[in-house]
Amino acid sequence: MPAGTLYRGREGMWSWVAHRVTGVLIFFFLFVHVLDTALVRVSPEAYDDVVATYKTPLVALLEYGLVAAILFHALNGLRVIAVDFWSKGPRYQKQMLWTVVGIWVVLMVGALYPVLGHAVREVFGS
Amino acid sequence: MSTDTTVEKSGGSGVGPVEDVALYDVDHPAPLIEAPRKRTSKTPRATRGNFEMAAWLFMRLSGVVLVVLVITHLLIQLVLDGGVSKIGFAFVAGRWASPFWQVWDLLMLWLAMLHGANGLRTVINDYAERPNTRLWLKGLLYTATVFTILLGTLVIFTFDPNIR
Repeated sequence: MPAGTLYRGREGMWSWVAHRVTGVLIFFFLFVHVLDTALVRVSPEAYDDVVATYKTPLVALLEYGLVAAILFHALNGLRVIAVDFWSKGPRYQKQMLWTVVGIWVVLMVGALYPVLGHAVREVFGS
Repeated sequence: MSTDTTVEKSGGSGVGPVEDVALYDVDHPAPLIEAPRKRTSKTPRATRGNFEMAAWLFMRLSGVVLVVLVITHLLIQLVLDGGVSKIGFAFVAGRWASPFWQVWDLLMLWLAMLHGANGLRTVINDYAERPNTRLWLKGLLYTATVFTILLGTLVIFTFDPNIR
């Protein structure tokens, strides 16, 4: 059987799994994020206290993970739209996935310093 | 009833040995069998809606808009102007002083929550098999979604920079 016709266990399936997992993770974060932002209606101190935890090195690492999840879900979502609406989409789904992964890697490298820079300075001193 | 006459009669007519006579002929035509999922006037109304198609389309339309809204949001909050370290009550007050960012955040809240809720609905439909489990998980999901959308909307519209 030519490998290209096998869906299960290949790019198509794993990108679908990754899309699902990142989607669920992002939804749970969104729920927490609306709750923490709602603290601006309680008091400036309550909000600033919670946001302070977002600035700790450990949570910065989680933020980097969140950015990774969102960027993959966004880029792969555009790929899904292309597969559904572009007449040649299904034929190029594999190439599009590797394009998604390529752009994702570049953006993740770009996000390294802005998202994790302050955490590295805090842990290892400036 | 002898065996060899039955074999003779049933040859090619599709009539089994029990009936012994042809069921259908020109005067007695076979009943018309409808296609299994054909929609007729007897089909319940609920199955004739296009909710799933609308949900499918919504995921794609809201997805495109969310890519722009959320990536810009990440850029502002986590990358530009000192990243996460600048965020605080004063920063929120500065942003929500502008109706543009209020509308931006409101749109992002509604689209992201509905997009996420529909995604989780699909996941529940796929993995929760017992009817009771599905009912409870979806009840929890819809409750949390309505609560979060209403709370977020309230916060954006009633934000008071001079709360203290």
